[in-house]
Amino acid sequence: MIPMDWIYGLLGGLMIGSAAALYLLVNGRIMGASGILGSVIDGSNPTVEKALFLTGLVAAPLAYALTMGAPATNLTSNPTTLVIAGLAVGIGTRMANGCTSGHGVCGISRFSVRGIVATMVYLGAGFATMFVGRHLLGAF
Amino acid sequence: MRALFALLSGALFGLGLTVSGMTDTAKVQGWLDLFGAWDPTLAFVLGGAILPMLVAWRVAAARQRAVLGTPIPAPSEPVLDARLIGGSALFGVGWAIAGLCPGPALAVLGFGGGDAWLFFAAMVAGMVIHRLTRPGARRQPA
Repeated sequence: MIPMDWIYGLLGGLMIGSAAALYLLVNGRIMGASGILGSVIDGSNPTVEKALFLTGLVAAPLAYALTMGAPATNLTSNPTTLVIAGLAVGIGTRMANGCTSGHGVCGISRFSVRGIVATMVYLGAGFATMFVGRHLLGAF
Repeated sequence: MRALFALLSGALFGLGLTVSGMTDTAKVQGWLDLFGAWDPTLAFVLGGAILPMLVAWRVAAARQRAVLGTPIPAPSEPVLDARLIGGSALFGVGWAIAGLCPGPALAVLGFGGGDAWLFFAAMVAGMVIHRLTRPGARRQPA
């Protein structure tokens, strides 16, 4: 028996990949969340297209939460943790020019060397941080 | 048309993140917790997301141009520099600490409350800091 979480994961994953395919084949753009958000918010390359992508990305989960009930985020409420993690994600993804969607989903599927290496590095750093933070320090 | 399809892909991306469980930081941290109660869900999400894109890249290579006329973005040069490695490492650390990456960080804004907004504000601040410290940075797609 396969856990339902895995099936939802696969189903949601197919939706994420279809969204990326739509953005690529219709708009001719790579669907990378950090690049789209970053270039709008830092003023380096804001477009209406990107602003609407971000609008859909925030609005659809909100509509889901309003109709189906809000899913649990289990997000920490420790402000220090949130700020440190947010800064690291913001600076890191812009330095690397991509995150899980751009380097991960779009990069790996194109067999992009940069995408594959970036994914191995952030996964490795994530595994290591989790091991040290949860099992050695008991921090999170 | 560009705007409409951007809105549609953003919405589908957000729904996919929500349905897949990637807006639940416990599932993401569970995936990263290789040496604890490991949760393999994220592998199904990533695998599921890559499948349509494997087809999409083949179609894109054959067409050269997107439906609305934009040229398909050229592949990046396989340059592995310190920014790619260091930035990805920093991202991985932050991702593990809070359990959010940029897509889900946006997807939870509507229902995640003040904590979600604080993470978002810090992430945006990080992006702006990056921009201010490298004003002439060359853009390179993934």
